This record gives sequence, C-alpha cells and structure tokens, in this order.
Amino acid sequence: MGRDTSDSIKAGVLAIVVCGILLAVSFSGCVQNPPAAQKILIFGSSGDADKLDPADVTDQESTSRTDNIFESLVEYKPGSTEIQPCLATSWNTSADGKNITFNLRHGVKFHDGTDFNADAVIFSFERQYNTTHPYHQYGEWAYWGWMFTDISRVEKIDNYTVNIMLSKPNAAMMTSLAMFTVAIVSPTNAAVWKGDAFKHPVGTGPFKFVEWVKDDHITLEANKDYWRGAPKIDKLIFRVITDPSARLLALQANEINGMEFPDPSSFATIKANPNLQFLSAPGMNIAYLALNTGYGYHDTNQNGVPDANESWVKTPGYFAPLTNRSVRQAINYAINKSSIVKNLYKGDATVAINGMPPFLFGYNNAIVDYPYNPAKARELLTEAGYPNGFNTTLWVMTSSRPYMFDPPKIAEAIQSYLAAVNISVTLNQVEWSTYLQKTQNGEHPMCLLGWTGDNGDPDNFMNVLYGRDKCTIGTAGNVAFYNNTEVQDLFTQAIQTYNTTERARLYKEAQVIIHEDAPFVYLAHANQDLAFKSNVKGFVLNPTARYFFYPVSIT
Amino acid sequence: MKWYIIKRLLQIIPVILGVTIIAFALIHLAPGDPARNMLGQHATQQEIDQIREKYGLDKPLYVQYFIWLGDVLHGDLGRSILSHEQVVVEISDRFPNTIELAIAAMIFAILIGVVAGIISATKQYSATDYTVMGIALFGISMPVFWLGIMLMMIFGIFLGWLPIGGRIDLLIPFHRVTGLMVLDSIITGNGAALISVLRHLILPGIALGTIPMAIIARTTRSSMLEVLRQDFIRTERAKGLSERKVIYKHAIRNAMVPVVTVIGMNFGLLLSGAILTETVFSWPGVGRLVVDSVYARDYPLVIGCILVFALVFVIVNLITDLLYTYIDPRIHYE
Amino acid sequence: MPRKRETKTHELIRRFRYNKSAVFGLILILFLVVLAIFAPFIAPHDPTPSPPQLENSLKPGFWSNQSIPGYILGTDMLGRDVLSRIIYGSRISLTVGFIAVGIATALGILIGIAAGYFGGWIDSVLMRITDILFAFPSLLLAIVIVAVIGQGLDKAMIAIGIEYSPQMARVMRGSVLYVKEMEYIEAQKAIGSSNLRIIFRHVLPNSLSPVIVYGTLMMAGAILDAAALGFLGLGAQPPSPEWGAMLSESRFYIVSGAWWAATFPGIAIVLAVLGLNLLGDGLRDILDPRLKE
Repeated sequence: MGRDTSDSIKAGVLAIVVCGILLAVSFSGCVQNPPAAQKILIFGSSGDADKLDPADVTDQESTSRTDNIFESLVEYKPGSTEIQPCLATSWNTSADGKNITFNLRHGVKFHDGTDFNADAVIFSFERQYNTTHPYHQYGEWAYWGWMFTDISRVEKIDNYTVNIMLSKPNAAMMTSLAMFTVAIVSPTNAAVWKGDAFKHPVGTGPFKFVEWVKDDHITLEANKDYWRGAPKIDKLIFRVITDPSARLLALQANEINGMEFPDPSSFATIKANPNLQFLSAPGMNIAYLALNTGYGYHDTNQNGVPDANESWVKTPGYFAPLTNRSVRQAINYAINKSSIVKNLYKGDATVAINGMPPFLFGYNNAIVDYPYNPAKARELLTEAGYPNGFNTTLWVMTSSRPYMFDPPKIAEAIQSYLAAVNISVTLNQVEWSTYLQKTQNGEHPMCLLGWTGDNGDPDNFMNVLYGRDKCTIGTAGNVAFYNNTEVQDLFTQAIQTYNTTERARLYKEAQVIIHEDAPFVYLAHANQDLAFKSNVKGFVLNPTARYFFYPVSIT
Repeated sequence: MKWYIIKRLLQIIPVILGVTIIAFALIHLAPGDPARNMLGQHATQQEIDQIREKYGLDKPLYVQYFIWLGDVLHGDLGRSILSHEQVVVEISDRFPNTIELAIAAMIFAILIGVVAGIISATKQYSATDYTVMGIALFGISMPVFWLGIMLMMIFGIFLGWLPIGGRIDLLIPFHRVTGLMVLDSIITGNGAALISVLRHLILPGIALGTIPMAIIARTTRSSMLEVLRQDFIRTERAKGLSERKVIYKHAIRNAMVPVVTVIGMNFGLLLSGAILTETVFSWPGVGRLVVDSVYARDYPLVIGCILVFALVFVIVNLITDLLYTYIDPRIHYE
Repeated sequence: MPRKRETKTHELIRRFRYNKSAVFGLILILFLVVLAIFAPFIAPHDPTPSPPQLENSLKPGFWSNQSIPGYILGTDMLGRDVLSRIIYGSRISLTVGFIAVGIATALGILIGIAAGYFGGWIDSVLMRITDILFAFPSLLLAIVIVAVIGQGLDKAMIAIGIEYSPQMARVMRGSVLYVKEMEYIEAQKAIGSSNLRIIFRHVLPNSLSPVIVYGTLMMAGAILDAAALGFLGLGAQPPSPEWGAMLSESRFYIVSGAWWAATFPGIAIVLAVLGLNLLGDGLRDILDPRLKE
C-alpha cells in the first residue's frame, strides 16, 4: 500500500507540473509586450476583402483596403460629402455641363515609382467603359453601370490635363468622382501582371500593399514618398475576425487596436472601459426587406438602360403573390419596425420610412409610415385573395453589414412577424459574395439587403436602388426589380438638372409613389460605430462609411 | 511482414477509388447544372462551354470520371468558385493548421487519458476511480462545440486568461517556414511567437482532445484491469517483484496495445471534431474550410476537402492497423 | 419452453435493476421522453411566439434581479424563453435520434444480413461499400450528404441514418455469422426451411441484443451529430428550437454578458447523450457480456 501511495504522489506531481507549464504559458502572454519600435495599427474587420481592384468591387470590406492604397481625382473632406482637390488640382465645367476638364497634380508617383499622369487617368476610366479595351475583360465594373454610364469618353489633352465628356448633364457626377470606383490605378503595373494586377495593387495612396493572406489579414505599409507626406503609422494591417465577440476580446486584449461593427449589446461594455474609445455617428445608409415584384431585363449591350430589343422576363425568384401591391403593403403592416430597431439594433439606428437617409436633401418628411398593424395586414391579404396566407422563402446574408449588424436575427424576427399573419417563411442563409451574385440575379422572392451612400447625393440611393433601369438581371442594383416608368422618369429628370430645389421636388414625388407601391419594407438607418484603443488618435467617421487611416496616429 | 503491408495497401486501393467516386458523384448529384456548380453563378457562357468541353460533360459519366480522376492524380483539383484560387493551394495553406491542432489535441488526450486510466485501474472501485470514470463518461457525452464555447466563455471571456480566436498575436512578427507554427517558431528562434502560438493552441486543443481523452482513459482502464488479472502478472508478483515494477514494466506495456488501436480508431473523431472546433475558435484550418465551402456551394472546394479528409483518415487507419499487428505479440499476420 | 423464457426475462429485469448505470440512464431518458411528450403542458411559454416579443431580448434568469418573472432560465436574443425552447427541443433531438437510428438499423439489417447470410461475393462487395463509407470521418459523411440533398432537419435525419448504417451493418453481419454457426440452423436448412424463414425466425431474434445495445449507443451519437449539424446551420432551420442551433444562435452574446442562452441547451445535450450512454453501457453489461470484446 505504501508503494501505491508513492505512485499516486508521482502521478500527482506529474499532473501538477503539466498544469504548471500550461498556466505559465497562459499567463506569460499577459505580460505587456515591450512597445514595438514600429507604429502598427491592426484593424479588426468582420470579413475579408473580395478583390483589391477599386473599380471592380461593391463591398465595404474591399473598399476599406483600397481606400488606403488608391486615390481619385477629387476626394471628400474628412467627415463630409463636400469635395476637395486630390489628384486633380482644379477643374472647369463647360456651360452645358457636358465637359469637365481637370488639371492634374504634378510630381505624384505610384508605389512602383512610375509617374502619375493623364495616361493613368485614361487607363483607369477606359478599362471600365470601353468594351474593346484590353483590360475590360478582367472585371464586371458593376458600379460603372450603376453610376457612371453618362460618361461617354475620357480624353487626354496633355500629360497633365484630361477632359471627361458626358453624354448628358449629370448633377451628381462631380461628387461621384470622389468615389473608389474611379480611383486612379497604375497602368504600368497592369501591363506587368495583366489579369492578376490587383493581387499586387499599386496606387498613389498613403499606404503600399505588402501581402494578403486569405481570410486572415492584409498588410499595408507606409508610403514614405506620399505626396502629402508620410503617414504617422508605419504599418496598417486589416485582420479578419468574423466573430464579433472575438473581435471585441481581441481589442480588449491588445491584439488589435481598432475594430468595426461592435455588437450593439456590447456598447455599454466598450463605453465603460477607459482604455477604449467608442465612435458613433448617424449612418448614411438604409436597411430594407426587398420584395421581388417579378420582372427584370438582360442588359446585353451593357449600356445601363433597357433597349427595345432587351425584353422583360420573369426573374428566377418570381413569386405571384408579391406582384400584388396589397400583399406588399400587408407585409409592411405586419412588421414592427420600431421594436426591431429598439430591441435588435438596441436603439443604435433610426426607423426608416423612406429609402434614403433623412438628412439628405430631397427627403420627403410628409410621408406617414405604415404603422404596425397585423390585423390590417391579414385584412389586406384576404382582400388580395390570400385568406390563408402563403409559403415563401426569405433570403438573408450571414455576415454583418454596416446597415444591419446581425442579419440572420433580423430575418428570424421578420419570419416570426410574418407567421403571425399566416405568411410562412423559410430562411435561406447564404454567404455574402454568393448572396450578392444571386440577389443581383433576382433569385429571391424576398431578401434582406441595404446600402451605404457613396456620395451624399440622393441619386446615389434613389436611382441606383429603385430605378427601373437598374432591374438588370445579373447586376441589379434594384433587387425588388421595381420597374415603375414614372418613377424612373423622375430620377432621370432629377439627375440632369443642377437646380437643387427642383431636384428635391422630383425626389419627393418619387418617394410618394414608392411608398404607395411598397416594393420594399424600409427597416432602419443604422448608426456607424467603431471602437478603438484610447491611444489611437485622428480617425474621422465619414458619412460614406469609408475608412481613411492617413491622419491616424498612435500616441 | 512485408507481404502483409503490401496486401493491406492493395486492400485500400478500392476504398480510395470508392471515395473518389463518391466525391465525383457530388458534382452531379448536387442540384443544378454541373458546369455551373463547378464555376459558379457568374461564369460566362464561354467559360461554361470550355468546361463542358474539357470534362466532356456531354460524354457518358464514366468517361467524365476518368478525365476528372486523371486531373486529380496530377494534383489539379480545380479552382474555388469564390476565391478563384486553386483548390490544392487553398487546402495546403490551411492543412498545417488543422494538423497542429490535431496533434495538440492528441498529446493532451494521450497524456491525460493514459495517466487517468492507469490511476483508475490501479485503484479500482475507489473514489478516485469513480470520479475519473465519471468525468470520462461526461467527456464522451459532451458536444465538442459546446465544450469549446464553455472553455472560451470561462477562460477567454470571464477570466481573460487565454485568447479565443486565431493562431497568433498579429503584433508579433512571424516568418512562415513549414506552416506548422510551433515548429516554425522553434526553427526561427522566435520565442515570443512560440509562446503566443502555444497560448492560442491551449483552449482549442483541450476542447478537441477531451472526447478522445475520455475514450482513451476508459480503454486504458479496462485494458489495464484485464492485464492485471492475468496469470503472468501473478507470476511476476509471486516472484517478489515490487508492485511498481509490476505495473510499469509489464502491465502498462501490455495494456497499451488496445489503446494504440483505440487512438487510431478515434482519429476519425478528431477529424470530425476539428470541423466543429475550428468553427468555434475561428481556426484557419481545413475543417472550417469544409463548412464554409458547403455553405457557399463552392463544390470544387468541397470535393477537394472531402478527398483530403478521407485520404488522411484511410492512411491513418492503415498505419494504426500495421502498428497494431506489429506490436501485439498475440496477433499472427496471415 | 414458455417457463424458461419467463425466467429469462425476469432474470434480465433483475440484472437490470442491479446495474446502477443502466437504471440511472433509463431515468434520464424517461425524463426527457416525458418532457418531449408533454411539452405543451410542461413548457411555461411558446417556444416560438409569433409575433415575437423582442422587448424581452436577452434577459437573465432566476439568478439575477433583472429577470422577467416566469422566464426561469432567461431569454434569447429574440426574447424567447430558453427553458421552453429546451423542453420543445427534446422532441426534436429524441425524434431525430430515434429515426436516424431506425434508418441506420433498417439499412444495416438489409446489408448485414445479405452479407453475412449469403456470403461469397455478395459479402465482399457489400463489405467494400461499407469500408468506403467508413473511410469518411463520421460527421464529414453527414455534411457531404447534406451538401447534396440539402439542409433541413429531415435531410439531416437521413444523412445521419446513412452515416451510421455501416456500423449497424457490421454488427448485423457479425451477429449473423455467429448465429450461422449454430447447429440448429444447420438442422433447419437440412429439413428444408426457406432462407427467408430462417432469417426471420432465427437470425433476427438472436441478433436482437446487439442491435438494442448498439442502437442505444448509436442514438447518443446521432443526437450529438444532429446537434452538430444544427450548430453548423446544416440541420434544423430557424425558428426551430433544436439544441445545437440554439447554441450557435446565442454564442456571440456571451461577451456582452448573456451566457445563459448558450449554456443551458448544451447541458440538455449532455444529459440526453449521457443518459443514452449509461443506458447503452448498462444494457451491454446485462444482455451480452460478450459484446465487451
């Protein structure tokens, strides 16, 4: 028996030693690492970038990276949607509004050492609109189709002067030129890498590309020769942490020093922590439930408008009940938006009545929202011929969006609200990039989606999301495939006049019609929220939700 | 012995072929057009026609199978629909991460499981025995993803002792050599990295290793009990050998035989468990890749992952089999 | 003859009563079965209220003074009662476990008996097929099948059933081989009994014990796998109160302090699986000590 005891003691000692090693290793990481000689900003993202070609992306994960590598002719002043010179020093618009001539900045170099000049500008634009351009095949250029089709040509006047010709006046074009879609990329770099040019992106911006480890991180380093002066941080790393709790923990544990999309339930925790700072501002965005009204067209000649030979066909997600306006209105009555905003968004948003943010000009204050009234919803459904409701599918994306923190939860809440009025909904959860492809293809009867404004102009919401021309199957901006000719005419008129009062009147009229037709249930305008460590200074929240790290310093 | 190995190798060939058939069938059984399933929604008609011609999708199924198999044997598993990267690259990027996790889990499972089993057996029917076996029973009844969440909750969130995601603190510079980060940090002499990597391995390793640990503990115990009862042990005792020597020299060595088999047989549990553990801990391994690619309907990637998993599993089983025949003095190879 | 069987049954029951693990396991399982059957009467609230009461979102349970009376274990993100969802979830888990094992047994019997009884090339071919299925780690096979046939609880049941059928087939085959050796089978064949008759009257009843034991243990695995599929989003779909799905829905709120919605469903899974494991272990001790090999 004595020997048994000593054996137990031995086993016990072994166990204690093993535990000791484990504990030592656990705690050793808690000792503060000596401050790095370099200033490194690691930013926690909720998802990885799709691509690094600024003209070929539509998602915020991609643009947050490209916005620090590339620049455009003009840019937004920090925190606003007013433009100021960037790669262009000045410009002149012709009297008829159809020609804008830009004087380009001298002495700017791309990261590969080549000069920024008119050739680079021509290249960046032409590859998107000219179907015969050798690089046109390498992208889909969705944003060009949504917002830039009025540009007919970009021509070189001399090495530092370019002229942009528009086929018709476009009141929002100047401000749209600050967008990422028309950022200037290096033609020499493209010539070297051809189709893989944007696996080695080269721009003129404050940070240079170093590496991209898929689903893990993208590393950028400071461009010491940046024309405005070197940035104050040496390295900028975007780290992918899809789990929001892990993201917050990483921030608290000093593994990252900034993050996006904190979970609304964790705001109190962040604000109470003296080592963290919480940045929040009303968002220039909209979150909506789109009801597929049924028909779209194939834009075979890629000119952005439905031509005579491009016929209207049923979208793959065509669902008869949703072609009926009363049904769509019933769905609006069935959903309690203020409860969703209060309890799921945790008050971090405002209830949306119309499809654009209330602080943009042209917002129609007079429209009264559909109140939450399930009884009225059932009544409308019965009138429409569906006394027992119907079954359908609600598509939802699995990842956080700027306008919707937890889409599957919101989808489940909507599922529950609709069940109370006999509409039985199955959820179809799809991963984000596939989701974009499929909803742009109209495969859904209903889907959750949203939009962050790009240029502060109402056209950027209204025309892109609700215009008849945007019902293009495969690249639709209008995922309810709402094809009202009167509304499209209002939008077309509104973009072609420079008279702001007139434009506002036209947009307000459109909102009334849209409200009646109810192709969408407008849910919320979410706030933009980020969290940083307290020693990260200089970050400015932008209404466009773009992240610019050039002014940021770490004290 | 050599002949036995060759015979076993020959035996697994039809199994591997069968696995490839199932993987191939996946492209065709899944709903939708097979060419689109391989290329994705946004493929142009030109690309679809190219694929149709290349795989001869108009040709009979068995011809298509052989064309595809030929590609696979050349290492071409196609391209991921989402990332457009080659499937073999996507998998090989992540494979070392899963291997390291599995090894960490196995080390934990074997160390704790064997020791616990031995202690339990030598103190049969004592309070220790019942406690250990009780814990083991809980161990095999726990869903690995719940255990992962609980560990994460307690040690990561509430106590804040350990990180809950990723493989390494990104502020630490790290140079990748083999992809096995523990090895790499040792090779490059990077102490800070080594500690960070080990810290990130602890919770997922424990989560993944608990079920195998419980199984190993139980098997060790019953194996030890059986061995301890046997005649030759009594002979050794009668000879006057100290109890400790009896246990260490003879009992353990003989008891380990079925334990080795159990470790091999439960390797499948490790692979399945890795899928769940990697999801919980955001571990960049092949397990999470399987889930992500099934969700995204990225069929080329799904098939690639299945092939890799099945292949690894089959090979490990084979090795275990051979090891078992080698070390068990009682087995005669036919 | 009849008297002998009676005593045998009584003997089995007696051995059962003395086997503590079997008894404990049985009690656990019966408890869950009762919860499942009487869920509408036991559960304090509707597990999926429609329309949702979002204002009850993420409230703690009885341990906190911020809890809502009547919501003992707290609420999840959509304001639904965790306890009620767990109780209704027992229906799903037990049903899935049972049906999946049923499918596995049905397939297993077909394959195993064909292989064992007829032997020869039929045996070789069938065993090769099961080897191929065995080449996939268990959950992966279920995931693969779901990738083909689609997501959803019903599809998950089928996938898990197929996943476990090779094991059942092996058990049946082994049992058949064992029985085949018995003399009275030879005798039956000699007097001309048809194969089918022999299978039904002799082979199957004698294989009952291993089927019961392995079936019980497999059901434990099936419940774990169903929860895993639910956790991955490949099994039960929202708003179903399946335990695994409940875990994945709620795990992101732990960091904000709401730990209950992710903890209790897991405990429920552990209890169910533990009960089945105990019961299976106990049954194995009682019915067939041979099976310990």
